[in-house]
Amino acid sequence: YNSAVLFFLSVFQQRIEIHKLRDGDNLILGFSIGGGIDQDSNSSQNPFSEDKTDKGIYVTRVSKGGPAEVAGLRMGDKIMQVNGWDMTMVTHDQARKKLTKKNEDVVRLLVTRKSLENAVRQSMMQH
Amino acid sequence: MDTESTYSGYSYYSGRSRGSHRHGERSRDRHKSRSKESSRSEKSVTINAPPAEPLLGEQSVRGEEVQDDNWGETTTAVTGTSEHSLSQEDIVRISKDLDDSVGLDCKRYLNVALSVILGLVVLLTPLAFLILPHLLWPDRLRTCGTACEGLFISVAFKLLILLLAVWALFFRPPRAGLPRIFVFRALLATLVLLFVLSYWLFYGVRILDSQDEDYQGIVQYAVSLVDALLFIHYLAIVLLELRQLQPFFSLCVTRSTDGATQHYNLGQLSIQRAAVVILENYYKDFPVHNPAMLTASKSRAAKHLAGLKVYNVDGPGGNNAAAGIAQSQSRAMIAAAARRRDSSHNELYYEEAEHERRVRKRRARLVVAVEEAFTHICRMQEEEQKKASGDVMDPREAAQAIFPSMARALQKYLRTTRQQHLHSMESIQQHLAFCITNNMTPKAFLESYLTTGPTLQYGKDRWLARQWTLISEASVTSGLKDGTIFLLKCIDFSLVVTTKKIPYIQLAEEFIDPKSHKFVLRLQSETSV
Repeated sequence: YNSAVLFFLSVFQQRIEIHKLRDGDNLILGFSIGGGIDQDSNSSQNPFSEDKTDKGIYVTRVSKGGPAEVAGLRMGDKIMQVNGWDMTMVTHDQARKKLTKKNEDVVRLLVTRKSLENAVRQSMMQH
Repeated sequence: MDTESTYSGYSYYSGRSRGSHRHGERSRDRHKSRSKESSRSEKSVTINAPPAEPLLGEQSVRGEEVQDDNWGETTTAVTGTSEHSLSQEDIVRISKDLDDSVGLDCKRYLNVALSVILGLVVLLTPLAFLILPHLLWPDRLRTCGTACEGLFISVAFKLLILLLAVWALFFRPPRAGLPRIFVFRALLATLVLLFVLSYWLFYGVRILDSQDEDYQGIVQYAVSLVDALLFIHYLAIVLLELRQLQPFFSLCVTRSTDGATQHYNLGQLSIQRAAVVILENYYKDFPVHNPAMLTASKSRAAKHLAGLKVYNVDGPGGNNAAAGIAQSQSRAMIAAAARRRDSSHNELYYEEAEHERRVRKRRARLVVAVEEAFTHICRMQEEEQKKASGDVMDPREAAQAIFPSMARALQKYLRTTRQQHLHSMESIQQHLAFCITNNMTPKAFLESYLTTGPTLQYGKDRWLARQWTLISEASVTSGLKDGTIFLLKCIDFSLVVTTKKIPYIQLAEEFIDPKSHKFVLRLQSETSV
């Protein structure tokens, strides 16, 4: 039972390491983000968030074959941390800045995924 | 909950004091019934009947206990119907008699006489200065040259202006009779008197005695007097009229009977002048005082204390004990009144709802009746008047013709809203004729009956507010200050006036560049990283 609980806690959130791709002068990650505390959280526009007042940063698009897809990022992921910086209560622009720092080649994201939660819950119930 | 805790303390005492009495079981019964009552009542009376000196507690309790024995025979109930033996008409008549007092008129005439004398003195002094040399030493006077004659014209016109100005400022019909003298006016009159006297003194000593020949000098002296008088008049305008124009205090006026409140902004005035301003505004701002509206709350208040009477059975027990007894008695009464299963709030609610319904029904009937009555009248045009075909009426006759059809509905409505004493048949017909003459609609005619208007709207005999008394702790000629409170008492009610200073306003400015108004749409923006 203890191991199941630890499993439960650790798999709700996933750590993803993306290596930025150099494209001329820019470093790109290959996905798009939406959300932020300064955004208008109209529920129809954010199908990924469970709670309609959630102002976190969500992954809205993942470009095919880009570094993000290779690292395992999926559309609909909610980004909780970027390199240790909290992403749950930031503005859209702050999130963008944290992801596109010019002197960083690697970003380590902590994400949660609804499908992950459901999967873990189902497996918990089976036990 | 508070009631219960204090209550149990009280009854604990009573239980304890009567523990040794023969009426043991009765006291227990009453204790039980009282505690039952307290658990049923939801009042939150926080009067703490203190566990005072047991001696006093015992006495009052013993008094109630004895009363309980034969309370049926000895209770008195205040019913509240036989309180007044004077009808409202009697009171109005008495107040009218008070109106004809002689003392006030005397003061008014004295004031007028004094001011007329002062005015004449002031007016004739320059003329006297000019004429006296010609009368007393005409031969020695140097002839008046051109400049001197020019000065004559200036004296004449300045005197004329002074005369008109004094008439405009001082000789207006007085609006009110004040209890004390008007300080500024008295000061100004004194100033003018001293001024003129000093001029006369100088004139008498230096010119009359020495019989000066320089007539131009004398004329210039007279001109300077008139100039100085004009400047004193300017001072009078500033002190009497201009100083109180700038609002400085905000006065809150509340009527004591029904709480109607108004606010007025006044400048720096003395208390009596402020009272006059307030009374002038009272007649137009406050709804007319209707004593019939107050009887309901009075009867409710009387019912609260009905059936409660505290007897002091232990006889005179000395002064110290008497005060203590009275205090504990009144506390006992308040506590007992709070404990009683009182459903008067329920009665009030249903009574008011019923009254509201009745008023609305009567009002609907009245409006329909009046509208129907007005359709029977139509105005004849000029051309039609020429070929008049009998039956042509003037407004008064027209009003009398349509009045009977609405009279009953109107009377019923006025009775329901307790306004029937404010309007007489004659006044209603006059108002109807007035409305017909001026092409008013039925709604305009009804407006003065559906809403209670200000006191000025009604005839003078309905006002019930003529003779006013100013009650103030500070002297009435002293100026208004922040926190001044005074009362304006009438026979039936009083107006309570409190003063507050208007705060000093510090205004700051902020400049906004018109080009700085820029906007951006906030959508679910998506950024690729």
